[in-house]
Amino acid sequence: MSEKKRLDLEYSQLDSDRMRINVGPQHPSTHGVLRLEVEVDGEIVTEVVPHLGYLHRSFEKHCERMTYPQITPYIDRMDYISAMNNEWPYVMALEKMLDIKVPEKVEYLRVIVAELNRIANHQIAVATFGLDAGAFTPFLFYFRDREYIIWILEKLSGARLLYNYFRVGGVSGDIYPEFKEEVLNVVKQVRKTNEEVMNLLIYNSIFVKRTANVGILTPEVAINFGCSGPVLRGSGIAHDLRRDEAYSVYDRFDFDIPVGKGEVGVVGDCWNRNMVRVHEMEQSCRIIEQALEQMPMEGDVKAMIPKRIKLPKGEVYMRAENPKGDLGFYIVSNGTDKPERLKARGPSFVNLSVIPEISKGYMFADLILILGSIDIVLGEVDR
Amino acid sequence: MTPQEIYEHLKKSHDTAVLEFVDQPQTDPFIRVEPSAVFDICHSLRDDEGLEFDYMMSLSATDLGEQLGVVYHLYAMKYRHKIVIKTEVPKDNPLVPSVERLWRTADWHEREAFDLIGVVFEGHHNMIRILLPYDWEGHPLRKDYQAPETYHGMKVS
Repeated sequence: MSEKKRLDLEYSQLDSDRMRINVGPQHPSTHGVLRLEVEVDGEIVTEVVPHLGYLHRSFEKHCERMTYPQITPYIDRMDYISAMNNEWPYVMALEKMLDIKVPEKVEYLRVIVAELNRIANHQIAVATFGLDAGAFTPFLFYFRDREYIIWILEKLSGARLLYNYFRVGGVSGDIYPEFKEEVLNVVKQVRKTNEEVMNLLIYNSIFVKRTANVGILTPEVAINFGCSGPVLRGSGIAHDLRRDEAYSVYDRFDFDIPVGKGEVGVVGDCWNRNMVRVHEMEQSCRIIEQALEQMPMEGDVKAMIPKRIKLPKGEVYMRAENPKGDLGFYIVSNGTDKPERLKARGPSFVNLSVIPEISKGYMFADLILILGSIDIVLGEVDR
Repeated sequence: MTPQEIYEHLKKSHDTAVLEFVDQPQTDPFIRVEPSAVFDICHSLRDDEGLEFDYMMSLSATDLGEQLGVVYHLYAMKYRHKIVIKTEVPKDNPLVPSVERLWRTADWHEREAFDLIGVVFEGHHNMIRILLPYDWEGHPLRKDYQAPETYHGMKVS
């Protein structure tokens, strides 16, 4: 039998129908309650259809019946891994409408807690991404470290994860005497662990083989899909609202914006997206150190604000750099103490929409990694 | 470009479809446009030299009482300028051209707007619900929405 003939025979015999597989809604690799309807040809993914809404809690509808300060706890529950960062654009939007100037100390305190929370978020992101690839040890390292960060935030706000710490014109609790020392210790620990994880996970050849050149997201596609945060920066675009729109006191700090450089694999693949997060932790550490240096230790943590917060008629769109990307709040006010309409533009929601685009043509096992590298939280996707 | 300049630029090419430029206190300056011309105007916003709004920050729909409003928040990566485009459609015939072909992020945003407010985007390839179950009735973020008593025999409260 000639070579060609045998091949033809094989093709006709192996020509199988495509198969549809459901991943989730209850599956650890979907990082929450997400259902992916995947069409596979053998082991190659040909189509992905995400089905959302399993965690839909009518956030926007609830907001219309709530006064402005009552909404903050709901916002915590959107991206419950980085609640501090979530609250920030919301209170900034209110402060912009009410024209409130927050005290200097509060600005620095906000920067510190937000950056601490950013580190905690990235620790989870990198840890679970490692877990998706089969690396268990970095997960333990990061979760141990994350606990120290949570302790500090708990001492400040009284809660481990859902803080309700940011208030209009200030924060709910002042710093405690050992605050500075404890934060500096955490920063030291974060750096130490990151160094370990670099050797253990990031440059591990098995990990590199699994994640490099997988799920390539080109910069043009990333912008067109509205991606933001590490997903966009992993594709090589230095877009960071902390620098581009320099809200709060971010213009006073010296920090870099890590982007995917294609050190291993190509720019925009899973490895680069993940690497951006590891580098960002280091940058957050730098910001925290500078903020602690510059922060006035004395003073009040609350500006003078009216007892009942009533927004003037109008509307505002405020966005800030969340660990996962640009989090935006569009608030329409009708002049009362409740919003007429509040729309949240979650980075996870937008970043997730790129999955069908970038996972086609890869292996089924790679799909799990691509999803892990996007770093989504379903609380924010479904709201 | 400032919002005023963007308005003047659009006015030149789209004359009657660009209704007005509003710069009120407590509101980001916005341009109100004719709903039927949304796609063409957005096309100019994305592709015209000097504008190049390549990034859609957000697409929101609102219930304005008699009408439904759609708000586009756009951003240009290159120039770092922003603009807000607004349009209004009657509640009984809420048709807006889809901009999904311009910014693919609009795909899910438009589905969400359809799901929660009930704005129908013409030309969208897959205008189905996204957050609520596919067979849900009504659009919850409308002010006159009444939640159904039961859903598939389960009590809704």
